[in-house]
Amino acid sequence: MRTALFWIFSVMAVGSALGVVGSLRSPMNSALSLVVSMLALAGLYVLLEAQFVGLIQVMVYAGAIVVLFLFVIMLLNLRGSGAVGAESQPIMKAIGAIVAAGATFWLARTLASARAPWPDVDEGFGTTRAIGEALYTDYVLSVQVAGVLLLAGIVAAVVLAKKKID
Amino acid sequence: MATSTVWVAIFLFALVLLAFAPIMTWVERKQSALMQDRIGANRASILGFKALGLIHPLADVIKMITKEDTVPTGAHRLLHFASPFIAVVPAIISFAVIPYGGTYEMWGAHVSLCVADLDYGVLYVFAIGSIATYGSMLAGWAGNNNFGMLGSIRVSAQMISYEVALGITVVGLFMIFGTLKLTEMGVMQQETFRLFGFLEHLGFVAHGTGWIDWVTIPMWGIVLQPLPFFMFLTALMAENKRAPFDTPEGESEIVAGYFIEYSGMKFGLYMMGEWIEVVVISALLTAMFLGGWTIPWLPEGPMIAALTPVLGENMANLAAMVLAVHVFLIKVVILIWFQMLIRWSMPRFRYDQVMNLGWKILLPLSLANIVITALGILIVQEVTR
Amino acid sequence: MGDVSGFHFQIVAALIFAIGALGVLLRRNIIVMFMSIELMLNAANLSLVSFSREIGNDQGQILAFMVMVVAAVEVAVGLAIIISLVRNRDTVNIEDASQMKW
Repeated sequence: MRTALFWIFSVMAVGSALGVVGSLRSPMNSALSLVVSMLALAGLYVLLEAQFVGLIQVMVYAGAIVVLFLFVIMLLNLRGSGAVGAESQPIMKAIGAIVAAGATFWLARTLASARAPWPDVDEGFGTTRAIGEALYTDYVLSVQVAGVLLLAGIVAAVVLAKKKID
Repeated sequence: MATSTVWVAIFLFALVLLAFAPIMTWVERKQSALMQDRIGANRASILGFKALGLIHPLADVIKMITKEDTVPTGAHRLLHFASPFIAVVPAIISFAVIPYGGTYEMWGAHVSLCVADLDYGVLYVFAIGSIATYGSMLAGWAGNNNFGMLGSIRVSAQMISYEVALGITVVGLFMIFGTLKLTEMGVMQQETFRLFGFLEHLGFVAHGTGWIDWVTIPMWGIVLQPLPFFMFLTALMAENKRAPFDTPEGESEIVAGYFIEYSGMKFGLYMMGEWIEVVVISALLTAMFLGGWTIPWLPEGPMIAALTPVLGENMANLAAMVLAVHVFLIKVVILIWFQMLIRWSMPRFRYDQVMNLGWKILLPLSLANIVITALGILIVQEVTR
Repeated sequence: MGDVSGFHFQIVAALIFAIGALGVLLRRNIIVMFMSIELMLNAANLSLVSFSREIGNDQGQILAFMVMVVAAVEVAVGLAIIISLVRNRDTVNIEDASQMKW
């Protein structure tokens, strides 16, 4: 059952990743493929006993970041523009496919020794309580720095996207 | 365990989809009519039997199914077809974590009246709610219409703004209960605390005075966190895009906003999604703030133990289960009535008022609530040591 | 879990990373390039979480959480930059923003 789920989610993730990169017709199609990819990755996280990370993936990535992408696409009214510039040259796609395949097979050969079975983890692994406890005791400094980073990001985004008041 | 989950899921499906959605159209018509001193829709009848206007939902469904399904030229066909489903499905699957009752042992089976008792129950509802944004956002874009696009932009900005307030308002409740599971919250809300217990702890009254033990209040969420109840209700109603937050749907401004290009059953699906979401909001608020399936001052464990000698263990559990479901539904119905009341009393907010409320009022208040709740927990722990 | 091991998850992560890298290198639309960057970040997250499960430690998941926070900030600021760029030049082709090229 879990094997079947793994294959389903993996094919969905890789297929929609190809959809993101290969959607020459419209950035909207790329954005929607990105949503599918995020959701498939969330499924993979849950299979890896990382419930909290999977949930945050859906809530933050699929539910907010890609919504932001879609919002910008709609705001700027970016209709499909076809293949622009160098995208239309098929030699680029050929080079790309070869490089990607080569990199993946090299990585596969390097990691061939990583087929060890997984250790048993206790039931609280990856739950909200475990991650929360770790975040607020061992990694509390990271949390505070992340907060400051988010504040800086908010201010920067507001300043950059504002229309100039003449 | 697996078989009981299937039955609970089937029960939820039948109740939610088949019963609540058409009944909500009738409730909306009749309640608004009562509030506005008119009769409401009462023309539909079967063989002259009018049934107080309950035939109207059936007439509505027949009308919507038989209407022509128009797809405008230049529209994104896949999105136009899929958007109603993306809008409705999150509302329905949010029910998976909401408990209709506790856990009961009947005839050797351990029945838990909650389809998926997830460890992070409430966060699941928030995550699914953030997916629901897509249904409305893509609807306007897919229609290739200026008004639709305006509605889409408004709806996406409104929904993601109120998701922030939605998450932070209930952090205080999570701190007090110490759990995200809705079933555990329901169980914890059965406990009571003494209203005047602080007098005893602070030393004003001698220890063991009788009358203090009589004045108890159930530890419902609304008692522990009254302001977040209303803030959460506001944020959820804004997520649902019902009046007074229906600027995206602004009927008088942008002609039905983001579902302007939808006719027939697709429009019906959007409406149904909105009403099912009203039920989800009521169910979530009941489970978190109003004690879920429990009767105040009557905890379930002692009740089952008291009924067991009379009815036998199986029947006692069954009776408790039926009672729990009824109590839950009564509370949900009260909250649905309350939401309809708000919808038909208040005029629509202006768009900048909606954004103002979400960012400048709800967010600071909820952050202040976290701080005050944390202080309160510390004080209570110190005093009751 | 069956015959699926950490190896399989790493291959999936590598594939998604490679596809994202190709998107950044080959596509000329700013928004799609940015989405490819998000794909690469997600692939790195998947790799982190998979290793976290193999070792049995939750440090990988916490780092993945921090990566998500940084990605969220990056998207907000990056999209703001893209908005002002598109407003000023009225094009999403990144080859039109090459004035500082030699």
